[in-house]
Amino acid sequence: VTVSLTVKKRSHPEIYPLVLTTKTQEIFNCRIDEDITDEQPYKLINKEDIFEDLRNRAAVSDFHPVKKIVQEYPGNELLLVYDKDFKYGLNFYLIGTEEGKENYLNPPEVSEEQEEYKEYIPEDVYIYKPPVSKPWVSLGSEKEIEEESVTESTKQITYMISRKRSEFGAPIKFSDQNASSVKDAYIECTAYPDKNFTLKQLEKDVGMQVIPQIKDISTQTKWTYPKNATTQYYPREFSEEEKETLKQSKPLVDFLNNASISVEIALQQNEITNTFIDDWKHLAEEEGTFGDKTDTHLKEYQSFTDLQSPMEKMITCVSWHPTIYGLIAVSVAVRLSFEDRVHFSGKLLLQPSLILFWSFSDPIHPQLMLESPDDIFCFKFCPSDPNIIAGGCINGQIVMWDITAHADRIENIKAGGSRSKKATLKPMFLLEPESNKEAMYIRHCAVSSIENGHKRVITDIHWLSDTFEINRMGSVFENRSGICCQLVTCSADCTICFWDIRPQKPFTPQTTEKKKEESIEIPFDVPSTFLHLDLSWKPLTKLRLSKGETSLDHCPTKISLNEDHLLCKTQDKMLAQSKTAKAEEMNPYHNLESGVANLLKPIDDFCTKFFVGTEEGEVIYTDWKMERDPETGRFMPKKPVNLHTIHDGIVHTIQRSPFYDDIILTVGGWNVAIWKESVMTGPLLQSCCAPKRYTSGHWSLTRPGVFYIGREDGYIDIWDLLEKTHEPAQSQNICITMITCIKPWIFSPKQQFIAIADYYGTLHILEIPWTLSRPSTNEMTSINHYFEREVKHLEYVEQRKIIREQEKKEMEQEMAKKKVKIYQKSKEQMEAELKMDYESYLELEKTVLINLGLIKVTEKGSYLDVM
Amino acid sequence: EVEETLKRIQSHKGVIGTMVVNAEGIPIRTTLDNSTTVQYAGLLHHLTMKAKSTVRDIDPQNDLTFLRIRSKKHEIMVAPDKEYLLIVIQNPCE
Repeated sequence: VTVSLTVKKRSHPEIYPLVLTTKTQEIFNCRIDEDITDEQPYKLINKEDIFEDLRNRAAVSDFHPVKKIVQEYPGNELLLVYDKDFKYGLNFYLIGTEEGKENYLNPPEVSEEQEEYKEYIPEDVYIYKPPVSKPWVSLGSEKEIEEESVTESTKQITYMISRKRSEFGAPIKFSDQNASSVKDAYIECTAYPDKNFTLKQLEKDVGMQVIPQIKDISTQTKWTYPKNATTQYYPREFSEEEKETLKQSKPLVDFLNNASISVEIALQQNEITNTFIDDWKHLAEEEGTFGDKTDTHLKEYQSFTDLQSPMEKMITCVSWHPTIYGLIAVSVAVRLSFEDRVHFSGKLLLQPSLILFWSFSDPIHPQLMLESPDDIFCFKFCPSDPNIIAGGCINGQIVMWDITAHADRIENIKAGGSRSKKATLKPMFLLEPESNKEAMYIRHCAVSSIENGHKRVITDIHWLSDTFEINRMGSVFENRSGICCQLVTCSADCTICFWDIRPQKPFTPQTTEKKKEESIEIPFDVPSTFLHLDLSWKPLTKLRLSKGETSLDHCPTKISLNEDHLLCKTQDKMLAQSKTAKAEEMNPYHNLESGVANLLKPIDDFCTKFFVGTEEGEVIYTDWKMERDPETGRFMPKKPVNLHTIHDGIVHTIQRSPFYDDIILTVGGWNVAIWKESVMTGPLLQSCCAPKRYTSGHWSLTRPGVFYIGREDGYIDIWDLLEKTHEPAQSQNICITMITCIKPWIFSPKQQFIAIADYYGTLHILEIPWTLSRPSTNEMTSINHYFEREVKHLEYVEQRKIIREQEKKEMEQEMAKKKVKIYQKSKEQMEAELKMDYESYLELEKTVLINLGLIKVTEKGSYLDVM
Repeated sequence: EVEETLKRIQSHKGVIGTMVVNAEGIPIRTTLDNSTTVQYAGLLHHLTMKAKSTVRDIDPQNDLTFLRIRSKKHEIMVAPDKEYLLIVIQNPCE
């Protein structure tokens, strides 16, 4: 409907729709259905009538909106049409022009013809009609064409030029001519200043700046040769008296009074709040994560097994090479109990006991194999020289290796891997044994003396730091040599020994002769670094961990010295030093003499205490310094400072935290304990018993609150002190058997590995995920707070114990007093009580008998006689 | 009295050191060791002079009353005067 309306409006602009109320309809006699019917839906209305209505009713009048049109209307009578169908929107409409009126009253008859014409054409068949050319109707496009077309504006001039025919094609001669000499040879258009085109600049924008007066002066100096010149200065200072006089002077006092006000305001401002804190930065944990943040599992990276050994082996100790990436050394031992060892001792002798060097690039062949006389239970790389390795044997000997000769071989391991691929093309029997692919057997170069050393298996070995050394009495001296030269071992024969790898001054000339007789032929490929020690190496001092009067002694399994004692301070200088050392001398150990200690003064305030873990599960804190026993006059080791029995089984890990010097982790039996060195009352944290035995443990190297514990069922428990302190935060299965050793290692900030050795001889290398290797921002301070809280808690518990003891005493005293009070009643009172009891009993008996019907009530008198 | 004031300032939380320096940069009274004091005095004296001249260049009627330098580790506060300089070093955060 709307479409037709607009169409009609366009074609009939003279239609003005109107609303006429019934009142108006009555006035003008155009009531619907009475004056205006379907046959005659219009009415002619006089203009005068409309004007009268307008005057009478003004704005209320229905003709008010069309007032103007009515006024302008040329004729006298306007046509008002009843719009029954609301074609124009309202119920009446007024036709505003004479023309329109005529059109309405006499509609043209064209429409009828068109409708008839259309009916003739059948709609289903389409007959092709070729286009009929019609005369061209101009719509104004030829004007554009005229404008665009190019016509000649002026008539073209034609010239006719003629020349003699013979002159065409004649050779031409060019010559130079000065243009100005010949008149009319050229026409020139000189430029001239035309007044019409000159502009005079009336305004100019110029920037100005005031600068101080600058003078540029240069001079030339006589340049002589460069000379070194130095100046030395010292700051001007006031002497003491001057300072005193100034202090008293009034201006200083006034100044301080004034200045201190503002200074104190500023200080207080800083104390109240730190205005420069970026809250957003401190809210967020880390800027970017490397790897998946939700991934908290250790990912398996590689695993190594020795496939060639015939007997079943277990891994006893694991150590990463301190400098070379991807090299890890593993000591293997045969998996037999003591009786089986004795039984198979013949077979065992034939097999070499080895320390294997594995590299990430070759998981099948070990790179180096270090041979030892018997199974090694613990070994360590020398911190100052990673080519020296010291290991402790099952028979109590210390074994030393020197792999300097093979150092370059293990440094460039990656090159070996690619060669093997080419070699596989040849058939096996044509293959020459590639000497550099075979793992080299390296014999040990020194073992300690069998009689003087330990008698049973060495359970722990450590290199002492290169900053100090000790002498026979246990006093500490400064180590001038700059390399690690002393070891400490503990063994199951209840002793702790300190060893020195430098040659000892011979005490008597007799012993040297003896040594010559016993010298054994050494194979030529063994380095002679420790020749002076071989088979005659005695410990420097021996400490026996005795339990007092009884003959039983503590059996140490692990020791932990203060970290200062173990850290090698010259590690940076080491690389530079080692190169120069190699050029000068191959054997630094030969030239050092251990007697230097006698010339130096001992360091007094050195902490000589250390922790020992024993086989029975005790943690002992003792001192290695000897003291004079007043009774016997001999030097005796001091009694232990502290002893705690916490664990139910062997303590197999005592380790200091890499972040705190005095926090120690001990793992043994079924639980874990964390200690602080200065707190003697007990452990800071002691875990409850785990379902499975804990067999190995290690702190995390980067996160202060995380440590890894290995269980006997092959699971590794990851404890996070920030998350939970009563149980491990995570548990992950690594292998099917007992875990014997855990060692994490950092290669780069993004790559951290953990080496886990199990009982079946397999070494698993896993990668530590981002979440476990990256500490959170406040982790150190949080863990600090946690430990402080625990210390306070322990102190509180101690105090409470004391208070409780007192309370208990008081309570006992009160109880004793009460007992005294109710002690004695007088004898008469007791008799009276008894009598009363007896009488009440008689009454009771009477009532019972009456109830039973055995006695008649009337026979009260004879009842007593009967009784 | 001088001692009291200085002691009071030194006892504020986080204050690492306090020193009084004369107009030429020679320390008069200090709580730090000598070498540190001399270094601070020399450097801060120059800086204070520069700051003072900057302020006066911009507006000759203005003058420097207080100078605070906030660094990552601490905050150095300098209260200048015609003849003396009071320098306080404080560690604002925990």
